[in-house]
Amino acid sequence: MSEQNIDGIIEKYRGQPGSLIHALVEIQHENHWLPREVMHKVADALQVPFAQVMQIASFYKAFSLTPKGRHEVHVCTGMTCHLRGAARLRSKVEELTGLKDGETDADSRFTYETGACLGSCSIGPELIVDGKHYGRMTPEKVEDVLKQYE
Amino acid sequence: MTEIVLTIDGKEVKARAGMTVLQAAQQEGIYIPTLCHHEKLEAFGGCRLCMVEVEARGWTSYVVSCVYPVAKDIVVRTRSEKVDKIRKVLVEELMAHAPDSPELIRMAEEYGADRDRFERSASFCIVCGLCVRYCNEVKQKNAVGFIDNGARREISFIPEVARKECWDCQECFAICPTSYAQAAYLLTEALAFPGQRKEAVKVKKAPKPKRVIPIMPAPVTT
Repeated sequence: MSEQNIDGIIEKYRGQPGSLIHALVEIQHENHWLPREVMHKVADALQVPFAQVMQIASFYKAFSLTPKGRHEVHVCTGMTCHLRGAARLRSKVEELTGLKDGETDADSRFTYETGACLGSCSIGPELIVDGKHYGRMTPEKVEDVLKQYE
Repeated sequence: MTEIVLTIDGKEVKARAGMTVLQAAQQEGIYIPTLCHHEKLEAFGGCRLCMVEVEARGWTSYVVSCVYPVAKDIVVRTRSEKVDKIRKVLVEELMAHAPDSPELIRMAEEYGADRDRFERSASFCIVCGLCVRYCNEVKQKNAVGFIDNGARREISFIPEVARKECWDCQECFAICPTSYAQAAYLLTEALAFPGQRKEAVKVKKAPKPKRVIPIMPAPVTT
């Protein structure tokens, strides 16, 4: 199913070199990462040199060139969250998922990343899973949040 | 075409609209040092070595002459104490990557740059983009491109293209100021298609079954 969707996205932008980023964003959203074969397909369909696809895909942090998990877990390490106890939150998340910053687990359930500042200092320390913000997070509450995601 | 008169180093220079300050200076035989500039390629503004002092409407600013369009009545100074200092630091920063590049050594002498001022960097690519732009604009093969961003940006040969195109071209090796393009190509070849660079030519003459040489992982020494 995923592969059909990707082909659909590529078809939508066929012959439009200017839409390279749009196509890559949609594929990233659908597939969670950009495999090399897919980038070759994009290059051929949009008539963009593969080197340029590679340049764009490696330039923006929004694109991933390695497989990612089904759920993306972000812990804020910004100044405010840090002062409100982000370090303890981080070590709890790392303990629960068994991952370090930037890693994905073997059954691709979670990708864990840290970031600074995710923009909601007033409700720090902050945890974001798949774009949903969980404010005033404590090491005790984290387990229940992560359990909701399979 | 409209003619624009400007002053470069005290000399009145006539230029066409749309020209850059660097082009106007070069047509008058006024020397401005460049590194990432190549007459066949679009201006890039990457190395910043062609920085000049521009005085327009009473304001002095420092601009990159290879991308700065000529304007009426501007006064350009290609050498001044501050311009020389900017170039000196730029050369020193580039020499952290490529201390033995002949072009940089020449400029270091000119501007009194200390080649050991900054800590030596592992990569000797100075990201001037000459190879990338030459491959794109002149050869139109796009065998080499930029990857990553910021301080981690580097050039990278695309193995799928490089395997077919690069061995018979190699023109970017000569225009690279540091010989990094050649090193990067050979590394790509060694990692991605060892001993198969002539395959594309061979196949045309006599189609043979593809011989795949497995790449052995390098032994890990602890």
